[in-house]
Amino acid sequence: MKTYVPNKFIVERDESKCVGCQVCVTQCSFETHSWDGEEQAVKSQQDRCVGCHRCAMFCPTGAITIRRNPLEYRENYNWRAEYIEDVYKQAETGGVLLTGMGTDKPHKIYWDHLVLNASQVTNPSIDPLREPMELRTYLGRKPEKVELGPGNASLKTRLAPQVPIEVPVMFSAMSYGAVSINVHESLARAATEAGTLFNTGEGGLHPKLYKYGQNTIVQVASGRFGVHAEYLDVGRVIEIKIGQGAKPGIGGHLPGEKVSKEVAEVRMIPMGTDALSPAPHHDIYSIEDLSQLIYALKEATNYTKPVSVKIAAVHNAAAIASGMVRAGADIIALDGIRGATGAAPKIIRDNVGIPIELAIASVDSRLRAEGIRNQASLVAAGGFRNAGDVVKAIALGADAVYIGTAALIAMGCAVCQQCHTGKCAWGICTSDITLTKRLNPDIGSRRLANLLRAWSLEIKDILGGLGVNALESLRGNRLHLRGVDLTDTELKVLGVQMAGE
Amino acid sequence: MKDLALIQNPHRDDKVMDACGLFGIMDTSGKRFSGADILKAMTNMHDRGNGLGGGFAAYGIYPDHAEYYALHIIFMTPAARRETEDFLKHSFYRVHDEDVPTRPTKGIVNPPQLRRYFVDVGEHRPADVVDNDYVVERVMEINARIDGAFVFSSGKNMGVFKGVGFPEDIGNYFRLEEYQGYLWTGHSRFPTNTPGWWGGAHPFNILDWTVVHNGEISSYGINRRYLEQFGYKCTMQTDTEVVAYGVDLLIRRHGLPIEVVAKVFAPPFWSQIERAPKADQELFRTLRQVYPSLLLNGPFTVIIAHQGEMIGLTDRIRLRPLTVGVKGSIVYLASEEAPIRLVCPDVEKTWIPNGGEPVVGRLSTAPGPQLPTPTRRGILVEVAP
Repeated sequence: MKTYVPNKFIVERDESKCVGCQVCVTQCSFETHSWDGEEQAVKSQQDRCVGCHRCAMFCPTGAITIRRNPLEYRENYNWRAEYIEDVYKQAETGGVLLTGMGTDKPHKIYWDHLVLNASQVTNPSIDPLREPMELRTYLGRKPEKVELGPGNASLKTRLAPQVPIEVPVMFSAMSYGAVSINVHESLARAATEAGTLFNTGEGGLHPKLYKYGQNTIVQVASGRFGVHAEYLDVGRVIEIKIGQGAKPGIGGHLPGEKVSKEVAEVRMIPMGTDALSPAPHHDIYSIEDLSQLIYALKEATNYTKPVSVKIAAVHNAAAIASGMVRAGADIIALDGIRGATGAAPKIIRDNVGIPIELAIASVDSRLRAEGIRNQASLVAAGGFRNAGDVVKAIALGADAVYIGTAALIAMGCAVCQQCHTGKCAWGICTSDITLTKRLNPDIGSRRLANLLRAWSLEIKDILGGLGVNALESLRGNRLHLRGVDLTDTELKVLGVQMAGE
Repeated sequence: MKDLALIQNPHRDDKVMDACGLFGIMDTSGKRFSGADILKAMTNMHDRGNGLGGGFAAYGIYPDHAEYYALHIIFMTPAARRETEDFLKHSFYRVHDEDVPTRPTKGIVNPPQLRRYFVDVGEHRPADVVDNDYVVERVMEINARIDGAFVFSSGKNMGVFKGVGFPEDIGNYFRLEEYQGYLWTGHSRFPTNTPGWWGGAHPFNILDWTVVHNGEISSYGINRRYLEQFGYKCTMQTDTEVVAYGVDLLIRRHGLPIEVVAKVFAPPFWSQIERAPKADQELFRTLRQVYPSLLLNGPFTVIIAHQGEMIGLTDRIRLRPLTVGVKGSIVYLASEEAPIRLVCPDVEKTWIPNGGEPVVGRLSTAPGPQLPTPTRRGILVEVAP
């Protein structure tokens, strides 16, 4: 059937610059470029271009330019190009549209409507270049109070396991199999260098990365891939994945093509078979079942590590989170509607869930109203772009954030949304042996650690400007936020005042 | 229900902001002396205030009625007085009451009527409530409910004298040189966003605890949200209130000694904790893990006092000043060294304590509940008599 879907991009080749070296041919995993032996020239099949910029970035003479295809439909606000083309695609295939990355729809980004405070005159700002500035955060359950032993000579209180992170940014769950081993290694090494944690995702952990266990969150998801005693023992935190911001209510599907020998071994499934994660955990149909799994994992690890429970931010997130804390979760991870994925149905990604800003605010407020905020740490995920977003999330009430897409971008990702194809030209979201070699873990971990360093410097600058020298003085301190261009109801849910007020 | 927050903070700002001058004197032998010295000291620090609030707390001033709660109440209208006295009649045994003596003073304009009531709880309280809690509730009730009435002071054998004006004028107005106390604290206020009102001046008091405070706590938003979880209502919207409720929560309800409380308000840095002795490491780390939301961040100096004890504390990087002076059994705490030398030219020793390091003056035989002796010397600077 002839497709009616037009090219997304135009590949322009400056013939005066092209030397026919064919770097672009080898670099493009989508087979856009090919060598025409007859004409002794490189040709491009434009309909295959996904706009990932791999060829343009590696062309030694700068001969390639990628532009958006200006093919214009008649203007129609309702029937924009994307919706027309989605209908074409479904008419041609009869299938669910799959996509990768986080939603590209213009859901309101509340970070852009929140502004931060700074000290002027009545209190001094603090210069982080000259004064200590503390970002350390301890994740885990805290008691309501500290008790001292007889004569106040000793500490009676014994805390549940606490995990320190030196920067309030962790790497979000991205499973081995979805991403390559080199990505996992880069994340693990960068997390270790920066004193934070990386999350294995639901595909287990390659034994060669066990040595980074102290900086690893091991995930247990509905498919239970790669979950065994040693895996649980090696991690610092265990996370039960209930849901994901990019696809709330939906399970996972790693196509058999990506299940290489090594992926199969780590996941403990036959090579080449699809790895299907059911939509729900079939042993969790209600909150009391969650409690059983939490305590099964705590028993299995002798109560030595906090158990996190990750959910997609949905309408009743506040009530659900409260139940999770009461069920024994030590960390609540919330993933908002802009959270990304290796593969999800487009219709789910773009339409289900709520923005993370609102979820943080309502969950933090609810847990405080119930007097149980101290019983769990709150970790937020879903589209964090920079240190400003991170600081605002913490001021709303989060203890720390997860970044996924930002971490991938640090390693080269251009957010071309082709993760689900397994052909990632940057060697990130693929298990193709030749492609995965494109990411050198020495370089990948360096770039990631640099990113965390840069953000932590920026966070310190902001804290100093606010006049505080410890992150905990900003956490949940919504007086340091003001809203711009928000309705009364939005301000109320966020718990912040209008700027100028 | 009257809106105290609106009286205190008519512009509805995040909180009341001010800067201040502080002074405290204590004779740790318990010997009483007049308010003349602290008046002189506060006069010396005139420029630290702007005339929108001054006040004093004095301990040991009512030996004849030492066993009764001394309520200092201001009345803006005769109706407020009638309603309050009616309320008192039904809530307490009134042992004695009188006008607080004053003298006309230039600079004190339109003063409200200030009376003091020495009261006993007796059988008014329900069996399951202790006296102190009963008194706190009644005080909160008057302050929140009766228009034009405000309880300044509610401790035993102590009193708060405060109002709108420079502290030296307030002190003169209340004839403080005629009182004899063993512990005095004073406060001069420089608010930026409030018109002065008599109840908004320092010291801030509940029972026999008083707080005078200089600073703006940048962590106020989270300190307040944290305390609200424990039922405290921050109606006055001041940093000082956060300090007072924080003290109440940690000392009275969680049973922690003051030197440990200081490590919550002004904790050591993580790097300092790692260098501390092993036993302290665990305590300090645990305190920061459990009470991160009570770290008072941003510039502050406080002088906290109660029967038998006076505590000076600054934020951990000492963004507001505190100087200590000692002569014999007398301890001075002040925003500046000059007023100490003015009232005590032959002071034996003065020093500036490190940020976050509490300075505690303690009566040799404290009449109040005896606090545990400090276990961690070198961190706590105690001035023994």
